[in-house]
Amino acid sequence: MSKLGNLGARLHRGEISYDFIGHRKIWYGISILITITAIVGLAVRGLNMGIDFQGGAVFTTEKTSVSVSQAEEYAKDASGHDAVVQKLGNGTLRIQIAGMDTQQSDEIKNKLAEDFKVDPEKIGADLVGPSWGDQIANKAWQGLAIFMVLVVIYLAIAFEWRMAIAALVALIHDITITVGIYALVGFEVTPGTVIGLLTILGYSLYDTVVVFDSLKEQTKDITKQTRWTYSDIANRSINGTLVRSINTTVVALLPVAGLLFIGGGFLGAGTLNDISLSLFVGLAAGAYSSIFIATPLVADLKEREPQMKALRKRVLAKRAQAAAEEELAETRGTAADGAEDATPAVVGPRATRRRPSGKRR
Amino acid sequence: MAAPKKGRSASAQSKPGRSLALILIAIVALTGGMFLSGHTTPRLGIDLAGGTSITLEAKADQGSAINKANMDTAVDIMNRRVNGLGVSEAEVQTQGDKNIIVNIPKGTNSKEAREQVGTTAKLYFRPVLAQDATGPAAAPSASPSPSASGSSSASPSPSASKSGSSGEKATSSSSPSASATTQGRAVTDALKADASPSASASASSSPSPSASSSSDAGSTADAKLQAQYAALDCSKKAARTKAGEGVKPEDATVGCGEMGGVWYKYLLGPAAVAGTEVDKAQAVYNTQTAAGWQVTMDFNKSGSKKFADITAKLAQNTQPLNEFGIVLDGEVVSSPTVNETISGGQAQISGSFTQEEAQSLANMLSYGALPLSFQEQSVTTVTAALGGEQLHAGLLAGAIGLGLVVLYLVFYYRGLSVVAMASLLVSGILTYVIMALLGPAIGFALNLPAVCGAIVAIGITADSFIVYFERIRDEIREGRSLRPAVERAWPRARRTILVSDFVSFLAAAVLFIVTVGKVQGFAFTLGLTTVLDVVVVFFFTKPLMTLLARRKFFASGSKWSGLDPQSLGAKPPLRRTRRPAAPAQTKEA
Repeated sequence: MSKLGNLGARLHRGEISYDFIGHRKIWYGISILITITAIVGLAVRGLNMGIDFQGGAVFTTEKTSVSVSQAEEYAKDASGHDAVVQKLGNGTLRIQIAGMDTQQSDEIKNKLAEDFKVDPEKIGADLVGPSWGDQIANKAWQGLAIFMVLVVIYLAIAFEWRMAIAALVALIHDITITVGIYALVGFEVTPGTVIGLLTILGYSLYDTVVVFDSLKEQTKDITKQTRWTYSDIANRSINGTLVRSINTTVVALLPVAGLLFIGGGFLGAGTLNDISLSLFVGLAAGAYSSIFIATPLVADLKEREPQMKALRKRVLAKRAQAAAEEELAETRGTAADGAEDATPAVVGPRATRRRPSGKRR
Repeated sequence: MAAPKKGRSASAQSKPGRSLALILIAIVALTGGMFLSGHTTPRLGIDLAGGTSITLEAKADQGSAINKANMDTAVDIMNRRVNGLGVSEAEVQTQGDKNIIVNIPKGTNSKEAREQVGTTAKLYFRPVLAQDATGPAAAPSASPSPSASGSSSASPSPSASKSGSSGEKATSSSSPSASATTQGRAVTDALKADASPSASASASSSPSPSASSSSDAGSTADAKLQAQYAALDCSKKAARTKAGEGVKPEDATVGCGEMGGVWYKYLLGPAAVAGTEVDKAQAVYNTQTAAGWQVTMDFNKSGSKKFADITAKLAQNTQPLNEFGIVLDGEVVSSPTVNETISGGQAQISGSFTQEEAQSLANMLSYGALPLSFQEQSVTTVTAALGGEQLHAGLLAGAIGLGLVVLYLVFYYRGLSVVAMASLLVSGILTYVIMALLGPAIGFALNLPAVCGAIVAIGITADSFIVYFERIRDEIREGRSLRPAVERAWPRARRTILVSDFVSFLAAAVLFIVTVGKVQGFAFTLGLTTVLDVVVVFFFTKPLMTLLARRKFFASGSKWSGLDPQSLGAKPPLRRTRRPAAPAQTKEA
């Protein structure tokens, strides 16, 4: 059996586990850092909006021996504007000229055909008005807003409002990161990108929901026991579904990576590439956020409940008692954050390494 | 979507063979249907098959709101226009609140189509102030092929030559054409009041608006316009398009119209009635007088009044001043003669129409005036080669991605990966067949984003059985033998799958409803595959697992089954009880 299977077994038994909840401040910090970077990037560099949002014409030639720089010259001659020329993987050229109208694009197309010595019919022309892209984007935002509202309602009903909020935060987090990466790297934003971004919505939540589902199940009778706090169980849920999360993310990323690297490699820029790039970034962010952000956030919110506070008190009391009884004089270094550090890193039968924490009594 | 399936799944658990048979029958039936329908491949979107896609955005005019009714009317008109080119597969559809997308598959003159739909159609009734044949008369219908506006007007305009070709109608049309053979025109339509008594009764009572009528013709035909009229050569396409450009309804103008392959030029007065004031127009066959096909018009309230006014004026004049031009997009599509004042809001145009011509004119009168004006937002010409290339790359990428997924599954799940791959295969077949069937059924077209959606869906489909497999493994780790583990894992996995698939479906549904264009195709594919995922997991993966759990290979926990308790790290004490032949405690929690 593979190592992952073994890992799964050990995770299941609680032999090994990573204290996601306990270290949540680190992950919150990382996420806040990334988010700030993303926002700063967005503010400073802005997004490289594609031609669909600016308006203009895109011409695609058939396979040609004309070089990119030469094509740039041709396009500039024909249009009087600077042109962006890309060589696509299959030997065709993609020429973008911003701010063209229908009539101009026809003229340019004919001129280009002359320059390239091909039939004008063989040059694909894609003429885009600025408001078309804007409309796609507007609709996308609209869809996003509606979806968020619906999903929050759904999660609040199916789970509880804390989970709905945590999921929403995780979702916004994913979108910010994805958009931020676009701003920082300067990838072109096209309708394809928007589509990819929208998919992340579903997927990010999908991942989160799977973890929440397990969490809900495991915390069903939480108040009837005094062994674990909510955070402990949340941590166990994450660890328990970790293998699934890894597997699912790998399986989801593989085809997308195929699209991105193979599709992109073959064709250069294009719809395929645009969609798969944003998907790739978003899927990765989605997997990360469901584990490191959404669930710890739920635990945080949940621990504020009086019921959970009481439970925590009982659990800690019991642990302190057990510790005292065992006369385990293991004094660990003073941990900075008291409350959350009191959760055991190892949630298993042997999770008894506890400091006395007498101040809590 | 969860509820009904849940119910059926209960039986699926007890009788795995039955639901497996069910889904196999469904696959066979769907595939059979696909072959029978003859649509064995999904209809390709314009981006893959090649062609032209035109996006038009409505601009609100004075007094016309962008609402659904107006948009639908506009789609209807555009549909007539593009399909008037002989394009049977052109699609005109609204997208969002104010967009109309016209998809014209490859092999069509996209430029022509573009002019056809892109221009704003405005229909007006204008009094004719002067009329003349123009240019060499030897410019028959063959030449105007590049002209979109030409071809649009050619078909509806009643012409002598056309009616002559169909013998039966030529004879029937003799009476109306007789009145109008002046000026070298082959035929003119006659306009008269509807035969209904109410129309004639009110005709007599209508006040004569003679005061303005005389001044109208004189003052508007000023010198400049006269010069313009004199210079106009309607045999030239450029001149024709230019003739009616940018003219306001309240100004006099010049225009061209084709009758019987000959172009006539017109000097036209200010618009008397707007096309929007026509309530409805119909092509009817006049059985009473055997006069052949004619077009009846009903005007709305303001239209009736205006029409009564103008006909009262025109009826007093002589040819050609008793005609008015029905001007569509600056082009005279018909110029009926007015014989009498027509009030009461009903009128008919008779002439030597063929059925199609009458129908076409009626449509134009009903719908000719687009309620909105449109602006071209984007014109996308996609060469098939490019689309094919993209599809090719997309499919290749999908295949490679799928290959990697399979490798990963085999590596990780060993024997279980057979179940996973079979599920993916079933899901793939169903997706393909349904897409192929939806092409003719609801006009679904597989565009590039949709291909991406399908590839992304591999991940979502795979997740369902990963959730299930992991649950089974957890049960085995608890010390259960395979058969109870498979059954115990199911209810919990089922809930997770439904809950998460619902979220995915919700996203797809919202996107599908709210968004436009490419995003919609993508959302549809995503939604479809999500639903199919649930179907496949419930009716295929689960029953298959139940069946396989009975096989020795899996039940014995072979090293290669992916369910080997030892390497899964099952709890030692329970494992001992499990070892002696699988206990038949199929009961589940």
